[in-house]
Amino acid sequence: MTAVSQPLAAAPAEASSRRPPRRIFHAIDHWALPAFTLVAIGYLLIPIVVMIVFSFNDYQGKFNFFWHGFTLQGWLHPFDWPGLPASIRTSLLVAFLSTVGATILGTFIGLALTRYNFKGRGAINGLIFLPMATPEIVMGASLLTLFVNSGLQGGMLNGVVPKGVLFPLGFTTILISHIMFNISYVVVTVKARIAGFDRRLEEAAMDLGADELTTFWKVTFPLIFPGVLAAGLLAFSLSIDDFIITSFVSGTTNTFPLWAYSIIKNALPVQINVVGSMVFLGAVAIVGLSNIRQARANR
Amino acid sequence: MTAPSLPVHRGPTGPSLRQRVGRATPYLLLAPGILWLVIFFILPSIQMFLTSVSTGSLDDGFKLTWSGEAYFTSLTKFGTQFANSLIYGGIATLLTFMIGFPVAYTIAFRGGRWKNFLLFIVIAPFFTSFLIRTISWQIILQDNGPLLSFLRDTLHILPADASVLGTPIAVIAGITYNFLPFMILPLYVALEKIDPRLIEAANDLYASRWGAFRRVTIPLALPGIFAGSILTFIPALGDYVNVLLLGGPKTQMIGNVIQSRFLLLGDYPVAAALSFILMAAILVAVSIYARALGTEQLTG
Repeated sequence: MTAVSQPLAAAPAEASSRRPPRRIFHAIDHWALPAFTLVAIGYLLIPIVVMIVFSFNDYQGKFNFFWHGFTLQGWLHPFDWPGLPASIRTSLLVAFLSTVGATILGTFIGLALTRYNFKGRGAINGLIFLPMATPEIVMGASLLTLFVNSGLQGGMLNGVVPKGVLFPLGFTTILISHIMFNISYVVVTVKARIAGFDRRLEEAAMDLGADELTTFWKVTFPLIFPGVLAAGLLAFSLSIDDFIITSFVSGTTNTFPLWAYSIIKNALPVQINVVGSMVFLGAVAIVGLSNIRQARANR
Repeated sequence: MTAPSLPVHRGPTGPSLRQRVGRATPYLLLAPGILWLVIFFILPSIQMFLTSVSTGSLDDGFKLTWSGEAYFTSLTKFGTQFANSLIYGGIATLLTFMIGFPVAYTIAFRGGRWKNFLLFIVIAPFFTSFLIRTISWQIILQDNGPLLSFLRDTLHILPADASVLGTPIAVIAGITYNFLPFMILPLYVALEKIDPRLIEAANDLYASRWGAFRRVTIPLALPGIFAGSILTFIPALGDYVNVLLLGGPKTQMIGNVIQSRFLLLGDYPVAAALSFILMAAILVAVSIYARALGTEQLTG
């Protein structure tokens, strides 16, 4: 809490007549702002509360829309719906593989951008920024045209990539697209970490006789590791949640969001809420635990 | 951000093998990731442009005819949807700012030891799927859902046939909700960095509370305002999920047209032209906005 000091003397009278009296600011500061923030936070949490509450709903019919009473049925049979287990497996596998791929490629770029001077840095920075400034629908659509055209006469990559890899669409094209949109986010996250990094530590290691590779693994990597880990977590959560790009490049393969979307036209099973709640509570637990560990380590 | 380059010592006989590898290192590090982005980001964009000036169908293949027909169709037939995207996206961005700024300000300046916890709650929605959050809003906003029945049957401030789903209000509310954290986080980062002593200095120099806010806090928060509104407005313009789940036939946005042309109708040339126009509109809007705010700190 920082108390803002009062003006030393009363402000000139002609100026004060034009502005609101000070007690209005006092009121805004001391109850309006905190109250507004609480309401906004409530707004942010409402859909999550609804999701968790309705995961315990003993719903009638096909749609889990109205509250009928408490039951644990959903949680006892969390994956009991055709196509759901397969879609969760696909989602987890795509998220894992694209996280590993994008984290490696993105960390390399981040290292190159922060530690070396080379020609074309501006162009590279622009290329990293562009995917983040492009609406997902445009990226998904352009990937779709590339993939489809790779199987058509006259399309780019036709004949370059073996037939059947990029078209028909499926797991491979989802994975390729997820790595693509994750790279930029990894670069930005890793760059932020490397920027606050003391280069003299590496020089010290070199002076003490370590070669470049040893220095990298024993000094550089441990220091940038928190950044790499944060980038990986971000990539994983972006991948597992992606709907728009995936819906363009998936063909008949379903990830969990795509499965949920395909099903909600005909039914809204409680399993959607249960799996959503599991992911939410799992993520909260991971963040909570890491915060507690951090707090202990800092003590 | 310019890191000093590694010193390269040249011997009398030119660079040694080791030095040559050393100089190639940045390019070796960049190559795989940049290649990936070129093949799967740049190349698709070129392919999409070529498709937009082609004619043909998915079954017969597309022939590059450099025809402007798709662009003509896009610009003449889909004015409503483009307008809807701009209006909904614009209003939602404004709303996220009006909600997000006080929240970010409170967390940054009054958060105290609750700062991290409050930030955690702000990003909590990200821990659930975008789609499931929107489905939850569908449950809340439907005609017999908790919100409408309360306003209509308990408070009697709405007529009996009132409904929200299918109207622009539902779509704007959904977009506002889904992108609010993208506004709060950059605003918070910018506000958090402000040294409170600058505001005190302004007060000591006889600035009013409002004057200090307008002349010190707001200018220093500009990069955050810029980043937040870009991060909200761009995805909002291209969004189609909120309309699919919360909107109706009258609230179609340009994303819905692109999606259905590509995935349902197979009309690639027009869909590609629409995507291109959307992208061009965004680039123009962002550069005008950057000029207007006087911040060019896009990439940070």
